Amino acid sequence: MRTIRFLLQKEFRQIFRNKAIVAMILAVPIVQLLILPLAANYEVKNINLAVVDNDLSGHSQKLVNKIISSGYFKLTGTCRSFKEAFALIESDKADLLLEIPQGFEQNLVRENGQKLFIAVNAINGSKANLGGSYLNSIIRNFNIDIRTELLPVQKSVGLATIETTTSNWFNPLMNYRLFMVPGILAILVTMVGGYLSALNIVKEKEVGTIEQINVTPIKKHHFILGKLIPFWILGLVVFSLGMLVSWLIYGIAPVGSIFLLYGFIAVYLLAVLGLGLLISTFCDTQQQAMFIAFFFLMIFILMGGLFTSIDSMPGWAQFIARLNPVSYMIDVMRMIVLKGSGFQDIKYHLGKIIVFAVVLNGWAIWNYKKTS
Amino acid sequence: MPEAVIKTEKLTKRFGDFIAANEITFEVSKGEIFGFLGANGAGKTTAMRMLCGLSIPSSGHAQIAGFDVYKQTEQIKKNIGYMSQKFSLYEDLTILENIRFFGGIYGLSNKMIKEKSDELITQLGLQNEAKKLVGSLPLGWKQKLSFSVAVLHQPRIVFMDEPTGGVDPVTRRQFWDLIYTAAEKGVTIFVTTHYMDEAEYCNRISIMVDGRIRALDTPANLKQQFGAGSMDEVFFSLAREAKRGE
Amino acid sequence: MKQFLVFVKKEFFHALRDRKTLLILFGLPVVQIMIFGFALTNEVKNSKVVIADQAKDMASQQLINKIEASQYFEIEKSILNRKEIENAFREGKIKAAIVFPENFNYDILHENKATLQVITDASDPNTATTQSNYLGSIITDYQNELNENMAQPYRISTETRMLYNPQLKGVHNFVPGVMALVLMLVCVMMTAISIVKEKETGTMEILLVSPFKPLLVILSKAVPYLVLSLVNVTTILLLSVFVLQLPINGSILLLFAESTLFIITCLSLGLLISVRTQSQQVAMLISLMGMLLPTLLFSGFMFPIENMPYPLQLISNAIPAKWFYIIVKSIMIKGLGIGGIWKETLILAGITIFLIAVSLKNFKTRLA
Repeated sequence: MRTIRFLLQKEFRQIFRNKAIVAMILAVPIVQLLILPLAANYEVKNINLAVVDNDLSGHSQKLVNKIISSGYFKLTGTCRSFKEAFALIESDKADLLLEIPQGFEQNLVRENGQKLFIAVNAINGSKANLGGSYLNSIIRNFNIDIRTELLPVQKSVGLATIETTTSNWFNPLMNYRLFMVPGILAILVTMVGGYLSALNIVKEKEVGTIEQINVTPIKKHHFILGKLIPFWILGLVVFSLGMLVSWLIYGIAPVGSIFLLYGFIAVYLLAVLGLGLLISTFCDTQQQAMFIAFFFLMIFILMGGLFTSIDSMPGWAQFIARLNPVSYMIDVMRMIVLKGSGFQDIKYHLGKIIVFAVVLNGWAIWNYKKTS
Repeated sequence: MPEAVIKTEKLTKRFGDFIAANEITFEVSKGEIFGFLGANGAGKTTAMRMLCGLSIPSSGHAQIAGFDVYKQTEQIKKNIGYMSQKFSLYEDLTILENIRFFGGIYGLSNKMIKEKSDELITQLGLQNEAKKLVGSLPLGWKQKLSFSVAVLHQPRIVFMDEPTGGVDPVTRRQFWDLIYTAAEKGVTIFVTTHYMDEAEYCNRISIMVDGRIRALDTPANLKQQFGAGSMDEVFFSLAREAKRGE
Repeated sequence: MKQFLVFVKKEFFHALRDRKTLLILFGLPVVQIMIFGFALTNEVKNSKVVIADQAKDMASQQLINKIEASQYFEIEKSILNRKEIENAFREGKIKAAIVFPENFNYDILHENKATLQVITDASDPNTATTQSNYLGSIITDYQNELNENMAQPYRISTETRMLYNPQLKGVHNFVPGVMALVLMLVCVMMTAISIVKEKETGTMEILLVSPFKPLLVILSKAVPYLVLSLVNVTTILLLSVFVLQLPINGSILLLFAESTLFIITCLSLGLLISVRTQSQQVAMLISLMGMLLPTLLFSGFMFPIENMPYPLQLISNAIPAKWFYIIVKSIMIKGLGIGGIWKETLILAGITIFLIAVSLKNFKTRLA
């Protein structure tokens, strides 16, 4: 035990003397927590629309107005030909174009129907999908308006309508930040913890100080604990700062129990740090450790469910996602912070993370050889 | 003959096809200053690392302070001190912090740590430098620090790998004074060097060439054996045959 | 020139001997392509929903069957009351719930109007919106089925054509982004670290004292990574074409030329970082946390730039990856030639020249 006290003293001294690292640990996550949520926004709005109105009638004007006033679209071009509008799509000035044929207003009544043409830049598949479906639903509504206008009242009876009322729970204002911020915080804590612990033992190897340590009678697990604990504390500090920022800037306060949250993070950090330590036992240079840590962290973050949902992944990918501690963290962050989930709800997550922590740290200790 | 604190028998270390240390056999008695000479690449550091418990031998036997080099490496470490060739202490801590840290690691009580650190700092003349970050100090001070850490916990054997490399003559003298003092107290010193004049200070020396021990005796006997006037000449006669190193 | 080649050779040895790093450098783009190409998608599928069917009549059953038949939803179970629904959400087991009122069928037949309640877990707003949309279209389908017999006059129909990516595959968006990301990372990080490492270990001093121009020394460090990155570009393109079935519509030569430009941009950035940092750790942390996240965010491939607040949009203009991403998309997917991308190319070249100038200026004063 006493040994650990000495180890911690040394580690903390070294950490605080390294001004650059301290800045990185504290400033960078905070800054990113401020900027990332502003940027990370998947909502589809401000879609650039180019309109080719070959009819220029009252109806066509009304349709265009209706589209613009929906708020989803921005009119970036009123073109006189399809070619003109298409050029706008090519130069990325428009995301989609709508062509209204000549005689639209007249022929709607005369021929009982008319066809509009829409072309969508579908490079971004989901944006195209949503954009297209918004446009179609506005046109549908416009159709209903026209029909009601043109038809005598009785004829519209007999058509069944199913209406839906939608309630959005846990985030009634559909605030995207509430969704992203806890997840981003989880990722930042993971990155800080993972990289620092991965680099730490390797640095001693690279610089050579590990030789002096190996020649002492110090026990392996003491040494590893001495490395684990400082970064565990730092991780918790970063997390707390992050929570503070979330509260001050975004007004996010956990609906569920803060103790439960901290309890989970404490265990989660052990798992992440364990991974970092494990990586560092395999590498000889800081460069290698950095790259390998980055490799794993990138996979974990991308497949963690923050940017895209895990449910939508194919089976094999979901399997990998289940082996990913970050996905559990992001889940739990959201569950406790937004939904107020309790211990019963997260006990499976907790169990799995405990397994991760034990396996990773155990493996790191086993792998670390004082004698080669 | 007084008790042997280091006993090796055909100790060998292989790295693939390369035999770094080849059937090293010798004994060192308590309180002896044993010099381990050889050119660069001869295998000195490899041999020393095996004796310190840092490297498992490929074959052969050895006992350090009565403990087996295969199975009891942790026991060995409790009883030895080590000063490595490349500086291996913490550059971002001060001299005092380094000493205190290792004192704690070796299990010395707080009182002992304070006593020993004061003692060593005075002995080595480090009073003015004690609170400075090691990284900012010139090599000589760093070597003195390494020495302090090696003897801090009063081990039975101290292993030193080229302790005076790159150090000024005054400091070199100081080191050897300290080595003599320790040896008088019964500490066994195992030192590698390629300064031939230092070889004369040792009780016995061995000379390694291409991984094998080619000579093992007191400096006087060796000079007689090779008909040489100085250890330099003895070394030349042997090292000329060397195929490895420079 | 010969001297320069000597240095380049040494750098190649350095790079090639570090097997572990090499593995990651080559493996990274492959893995990323696999993940982005196959695992990540913005679509919402297999969402678990819960049905509270208070009607239990023919209409509700028909609609439930329809929902189940779609690939978007998986019906988890049927429960009855609000509390149970709440718990199910809290346990994270379901993402949406649909409540059918008691007289669903009756209301449709006799009143021509029925109301359903859809409850979504809006802690994930995007998924919630998408799910509402999907449900909405399933319900509208059902509604149209019911009304098939009634003629609908004055019908405005639309023909929608999806350009460049008719199957709405996500890869079109991701692959150019992955290219930008991987190139950026490898070039910036590796250059920065490799130079700082020499500073740290002291070998830099030896090089500076030699008769060779320090600039040549630095450039020689960049060459292996230039080559490596071009190999990576080739790998990514091969994978995209043959594994992801994403064709290259434009000129491959132009693509490589632009990639080389971007690589040089990143190498200069790495150089700049190395000139201003003293330790490997800091160089790495800056490259990763200071470079990776901004690139991920502001290049436009993960999150649409037009949604960001205006100041952030301005910042994104300074990120080289953003311009490269546009260039790659234009060449690969839209099939445009130099005429369509000259503006972006010029901007990228401008950024590069700026970076090189700044690093060179700092170079001599800082390196020693």
